[in-house]
This record gives sequence, structure tokens and C-alpha cells, in this order.
Amino acid sequence: MPADGSIGAPDKRREDVRFLTGKGRYTDDINVNGQLYVHFLRSPVAHGRLNGVDTEAARAMPGVVRVFTGDDFADVGGLPCGWQVTDRHGDPMQEPAHPVLARGKVRHVGDPIAAVVAETLNQARDAAETIEVDIEELPAVIDMKAALADDAPKVHDDLKNNLCFDWGFVEENKAAVEEAFQKAAHVTTLELVNQRLVANPMEPRVAIGDYAAHSDESTLYTTSQNPHVIRLLMGAFVLGIPEHKLRVISPDVGGGFGSKIFHYAEEAFCTFAAKQLRRPVKWTSSRSEAFITDCHGRDHVTTIQLALDAENNFTALRTDTHANMGAYLSTFAPSVPTWLHGVLMAGNYKTPLIYVNVKAVFTNTVPVDAYRGAGRPEATYQLERVIDKAARELGVDPIALRRQNFITQFPYATPVAVEYDTGDYVATMDKLEEIADLSGFEKRLAESKARGKLRGLGVNCYIEACGIAPSNLVGQLGARAGLYESATVRVNATGGLVVMTGSHSHGQGHETAFPQVVAGMIGIDPSMVEIVHGDTANTPMGMGTYGSRSLAVGGSAMVRATEKIIAKAKKIAAHLLEASDGDIELKDGQFTVAGTDKSVAWGDVTLAAYVPHNYPLEDLEPGLEETAFYDPANFTYPAGAYACEVEVDPETGKVTIERFSAADDFGNIINPMIVDGQVHGGIGQGIGQALLEGAVYDENGQLLNGSYMDYTMPRADDVPFYAVDHSCQTPCTHNPLGVKGCGEAGAIGSPPSVVNAVVDALVRAGHDITHIDMPLTPSRVWSAMQG
Amino acid sequence: MTKVTMSVNGTERSGEVEGRTLLSAFLRDTLGLTGTHVGCDTGQCGACTVHVDGKSVKSCNMFALEADGASVTTIEGMANDDGSLGVIQQAFQDHHGLQCGFCTPGMVMAAAALLKENPKPSEAEVRAWLSGNLCRCTGYHNIVKAILAASGQDVSKEFAA
Repeated sequence: MPADGSIGAPDKRREDVRFLTGKGRYTDDINVNGQLYVHFLRSPVAHGRLNGVDTEAARAMPGVVRVFTGDDFADVGGLPCGWQVTDRHGDPMQEPAHPVLARGKVRHVGDPIAAVVAETLNQARDAAETIEVDIEELPAVIDMKAALADDAPKVHDDLKNNLCFDWGFVEENKAAVEEAFQKAAHVTTLELVNQRLVANPMEPRVAIGDYAAHSDESTLYTTSQNPHVIRLLMGAFVLGIPEHKLRVISPDVGGGFGSKIFHYAEEAFCTFAAKQLRRPVKWTSSRSEAFITDCHGRDHVTTIQLALDAENNFTALRTDTHANMGAYLSTFAPSVPTWLHGVLMAGNYKTPLIYVNVKAVFTNTVPVDAYRGAGRPEATYQLERVIDKAARELGVDPIALRRQNFITQFPYATPVAVEYDTGDYVATMDKLEEIADLSGFEKRLAESKARGKLRGLGVNCYIEACGIAPSNLVGQLGARAGLYESATVRVNATGGLVVMTGSHSHGQGHETAFPQVVAGMIGIDPSMVEIVHGDTANTPMGMGTYGSRSLAVGGSAMVRATEKIIAKAKKIAAHLLEASDGDIELKDGQFTVAGTDKSVAWGDVTLAAYVPHNYPLEDLEPGLEETAFYDPANFTYPAGAYACEVEVDPETGKVTIERFSAADDFGNIINPMIVDGQVHGGIGQGIGQALLEGAVYDENGQLLNGSYMDYTMPRADDVPFYAVDHSCQTPCTHNPLGVKGCGEAGAIGSPPSVVNAVVDALVRAGHDITHIDMPLTPSRVWSAMQG
Repeated sequence: MTKVTMSVNGTERSGEVEGRTLLSAFLRDTLGLTGTHVGCDTGQCGACTVHVDGKSVKSCNMFALEADGASVTTIEGMANDDGSLGVIQQAFQDHHGLQCGFCTPGMVMAAAALLKENPKPSEAEVRAWLSGNLCRCTGYHNIVKAILAASGQDVSKEFAA
């Protein structure tokens, strides 16, 4: 085990002390002098024509300062989409307008119609109840396939239809894939639903707009995973505020899981209203409001087919998916079912031919965008389920079938446009068999049987593309932003460092892990390094935290900036030691002339940089501060193998997770304690998807489970302790830390093994079952057992 | 508006509230004790858990006026007198029982109530007790481990489920 404070050590988290003592500073904990409160009146219907909004009574209510409607935003831009997908015919996706407040029509339950700003929150709420809205309700489109019917009502009247895009990937492979299927010895087909989920970070969203008239500067405090991205999108596309007049601050943020990446209407509203009213405006989402305004995740309906030859080698794969976009295009929505999904369809296997078709559809539901894993869980789930089904149809062991088809040579160029740099799928499967004690399964099966329970074992592999992403590549694929990261390392005169990063921590422990990287490079104690993030005024331009990118991309930027610091510090040390800088070595915070005992300490060099009395001023500027931007050369490819054992109660259909094991390859590890925690959390969410969660709309577009009373979040007694291992490490070859990212693995890797395990339990009990759609609730499992 | 007075973390505090003001809002907005978090509006998530007269209570499910004259403890009152972390808080840090920190105050308050009632709970008892507190980050693994450790039980062995 590496020493405390260095790379690879399980340092305890320094941020914990404030969180454990109630001293965290979340956005709702911030109050700005003179602030007003806004309450949004939202559409109660999924689809309707907005014929009038009468705010007269509300304006006369006590404490009301102003009531805004869509007309107030007539001269303001709409919420932009950050990714343009080109369809299989070469046409751009259909891209509807997304107004800050609804105009003309409402398109989902929760669409904001009016905003009441008042002195107190209760006054705003009370006044909103007096607003009379004249809505002519229209038929809603909820089901994706129905939405594509010729006579379906249109979500957006100015678009041709409800089809956002019809994407084919790789279009040139389509004919070859068809041919391979015709020649196949066996074809396995599976239809499945990857249900709609609600991200549900425990902290609801909050936005506070503030405006300083004397300097014409706007400030937005917001619960965001990427404050710079919000500044860019809101400033440039919505409100027309240049970046130097707009500051976005995301302080402590209580979880995100993707749902706090996107630019939301409430952020633009509060910033806009604060300027109009010359007073700060605060909005705090209730949980019920979050269910109908935070972007949802997943919601794919898929048919997947796997072709195998007579020796059970995978010869081709094709998938046909309908992906729900909801009523509007959220910030990164089009990228999720396409470039974060299709490019992962090779999984861990050397299938030579793959074709992916995705139809993205508008419906009268809450917009759908990235949720932990974003496209990769959908790819993994269908692939790992169809392989399991194929193994069952062929009568072969599902692990053996996977092993037979593993990619074993790296780098490996997949038929879906990416190149895996490193991996060892045999090693992770070997490790999984060990930690999951698969050889003991038969004994545990017998014990379950003796208790009257059905037991099943499910295994799956996963691969993901993380460290998002090379800017030039994603630009070609439709991204309207670069995806580099930046870091500024400021060394103070007395040797302490401040590292300013564009990455954002909302639970990932950056304040602890990042100092391990920087201090480790210099050989000083990590307590000498402070991390600053979450404020566009104090950090260089950055793209934020999602896609398991903070360490792989943001950490790499820190490495590059620290390398520049060390290079300059060596020149200063060389001057002080009267040696050539090429002869200076840095170890344990001490600069030494190679092969001699002449040395100078880190703190003496940093002091010289700021008190340059004895200093090579003619060659070198004083000071010690460097910035680096890092743009990755490729995605990273974490991978692993997961196993789940379940018991099913034959009387009720209730599933309990008895064992869950995860063997991951994340490349190099900076802080193994934090990595374990990330995997635990991902598995918890994956088990939630597999057994408990799912947003349910009725045919009229009402969300039937829009609160914690009805939406089944995983609780402590729904899950077991997990066995996790990340000792298989094939370092990434193209970033300086050799890291791959671990934030999403658990959520990507866990749902298929749970479902595989339940199907296994039922088949072992003699039921003729091949698939049950998630969530595997007692009623669904029980119904399946009744045939 | 009505005046309400209560002892909060050992200090007498009072303020003017509406009849509909929740205890959670009084603590956060009137007293500025923002360690108590509000994560839902239906009494499910437990982030707002505090102790009222020694009992664990979801402060969003109680009007401030109902706590008039009561003794309330919040997360701000859980550290040792010298400011160092209390036993449960320290166990959460030692075992990485928190990530984003938002559910954490409620988890610590719930755990304290559990250990008062049941000083050596089993894993199953910890999980059952926590069913009123939601966490989206940790998968509960390290929270359960931290509470078992805070109760003085050995958690050094790998947990085989």
C-alpha cells in the first residue's frame, strides 16, 4: 500500500469534515441580501394550446413584485441543444425551439407557464394559485411507436413529424451485416425495454440570479456539474451576456448523476429576472417539481439480434432502438442514444460486423438526457442480455460463451469506430470468478432450495468509453463544444499550492484525490495543496464533470500544469545551486544536483520565485503559476465483469440480492477508497434500475409516480454489501496518469447481471421464461411465473 | 406570526413563524442552521432528520410551533465539545460513509438515534433502521459499515454477502 498522501493511498476525505458538521455550503444555503423568491406555475397537462394567461389577480397579491409569462421572453433566445446528430440520410436532426417559459403551447406536465416573483416564497406560491390559465388540451403522444404514426399529433407544430432523427451506424456496414445474418448458424433475438429513470440526486436543484447594475455584471449560483458550460450556453445563446459579465458559481452540489449537467430554464429565468428587477431572485426546487423538470434518463425500446456461427463465434450484431427525447431537446440529449451508445455495441467481444439503428422520438414527456452511464448502460444491457439468451438457446455456459468471444489483442479497432487502447477481459473474468466464489454457487443453491427459495446466478461484462472526450473527434460527431479540461496551478511564496480546476466535485472527492496527484509529483504533503473549483471567476475555462472524465481529463490537465511548474522550479533551483537545470532532480520536495549532495528545498525555490533577489531575472520571469489545457487523444475504456446472485420467493415473486460482486479494470488508481465508493454507488443505482425504479406515464401524459411516495428509490434494506475489486489494472496508454475513470461503471455493469440472475433462478425452477423487463418488481416476476 | 422558543443544540433560540412554517424551515431560514437539509416534500428522504426531546424526527414533518419549548439537536450539535468529530461522524469519515454530503446530516442523526436505542445493532437492524433515509451516492455499503464501526463492532473483514 502506498504511503499516505501519495498516489494510490486511501487518504480520508478532507471535505468530509464540513459535510459531517453541517458546514457544507450548498446553493440553497446561500441567501443574497434583498433576494426575492420565484415560484413557477407549471402545466398540469401534457399537451395543450395556451390561449391565455391571466395574471391580474396574482399581480395584486401581497408581496408580489412581478409576474412573468412567455411573452416577457419574446426577445430572449431559447435553451440551446449542445449536440447535433446527422441522420442516416445525411440530414440534420429536427431541432425544435425550447422557450424559457412556454409560449403558444405546453408540451409536457411541468412545462413552465408563468413565474411569480415575490418578497417571500409563500407569497409567490399563494399568488400563483390565483393565475388563470386558458389551456385547450390536445391529445398527447406518450408511446414512442404511436408518436411515429402518420396521423399522430405533433409535439412541435413547426416540425415535419415527431421523429427527431433516424440514425444508422455504421451505415456502410448495413448490407454486410444483413449478409452475415443470412449465413448465421444461429440467431438470437431479444426485445427489451430500458425503462425511463429519474436521476434523483438528493439535493434538489436551486438557482439564484443576482445583478450588479454599477458594473453590469450578472451572477448565477446554481447546482451544476459544469458551471463554465452553463455560463457559455446561457450567456451566448439565451441571454446574450458576454462571459466577462457573467459569473456562474456552483458551490457544494449534492449529487448530480448527469441531471445537473444541463442548462435549465430556471437558471436563465433567475438571471434574467434579477437584471429586470434589480434584485436577486432565488428558486429552490421541491422534490415533486424535480420529478417533472429535471431531465430523465434511459427510456429506450430495443430489438437486438446476435448472429453466431456453428462454433458459437459471434459473427454479427444488429440493434434497432427507439429512444425517447421527451418534449424538447435537452443539452446533450441527442448524443446519448447515438455516440455514447452505438459506439459501445461491440462490448468486450470481437464481433466483426455491427449495425445500430436509433430512431429518436419527441413525446409529451419530460426531456430525456444523460443519466449515470448515459447510453452505455443501454448498450451493455441489451448486449449482455442477448448473449445470455443465446447461451441458453445453445445450451452452453454463458461465461464460456463470453470468454470464447473476448477481445484479447490490444489495441483493438471495433467495427463501431473506436479503438480500445488496453484491457484484459480474461483477467477481470478470472478475478470475478474468484471474488464471487462462483465455485460455491451450487452449495448456496442447495441452501436456498432447502429454505424454499429459488436461487439464480447472473454474470455480465461491460465496457464503457470514458474520459470524454477528444474535441476534434466529438466535433466531427456533432458536439457544439470542445471537451478538454484545464487547470491552473498557483504556487505561493511559502510553498503551498492552489490548484484551480474546471472539473467539478459533487461527491467524487476531488478535494482529496487531486492533491494526491499534484503533491505526489512534487513529493510534498497533500495538505499543502488546496483545490478550487465551481466558480467561473476563480477557475480557468473548463467543461466540468460527467462521463467519468474528471481524473482522466481534468487530472491530466493538472499533471501538465504541474509539469510546467516543476520545469520552471528546476531552473530556479539550478540557479540557486549554480548548476545546469538538466542536472536537477526533484524528489520528496527536494531539488538535488544529480550525483551530488547539493540540494535546495521546495520552499526555498518557491520563495525565490516571489522574492527574486538571487534569481535569473534576465532569463526567467518571477512567480510560479502555470495553466494547462488537456485535450484527450482518445476515450478511455474501463471494463469489467460483474456477478449477481438472487433469491426469488416463489410465493410472491420478490427478488432479494444475496451477493453482488464486481471486478473492474480502471487502469491506475489514485485513491482506492474513493474508487470503491464510486463503484458501490453505481451498483446501488443499477440494482435500483433492475428491481425498483421506473418513471411511469399514463396515456394522458401524467407522471404517475412523481414523488418518493411512489417512485421506488433503493433503500439500505434493498441492497447487500458488495464485493468490489479493481486489482486488474491495464493502464490507459494515452493520458499521463494511466487512469480510465470509475464513476459510471457500477451503474453500467450491474443491471444485466441482476436480470440474468432472476431469469436463471426461474429457469432452474422449471419456468419457460426468457426475459422479464425491468424493474423486476414482485408483481412482474410473479406474473412471469404464472406463465 | 407567532413567537416560538426552543433549545437548539443547548442554546435557547426563538423567532417569529407562521402557523405553516415547518421545523426544517425554522432551523434553516430563521436560525441559519443550514446543516439540516430538505431533500423531498413527502417525508421520505430523511435528510432533514433532527432530534426533538431525544427522539429522531423528520423536521419537515413537524411545524415549528409544535417544537415550542422542546430541546432540539441538529447536526451542528453533534461534534465533541472541543470541535472534533463525534464517534459517529468520525466513523463516517473513516469508512467513506458519505460522498456528496447532502443526506449525511440526516444519516448521522438517524444513526445516533439507532445506537442510543440499540448499541450493538446487527447489519440487518442497521439497514432496517435506515429505511427512512435515502442516499443516492454510496449504495449504502459504507454507511452501514460506518454505523457498525461506530457501535464498536469489527468491520475489518471483507463482507461476504
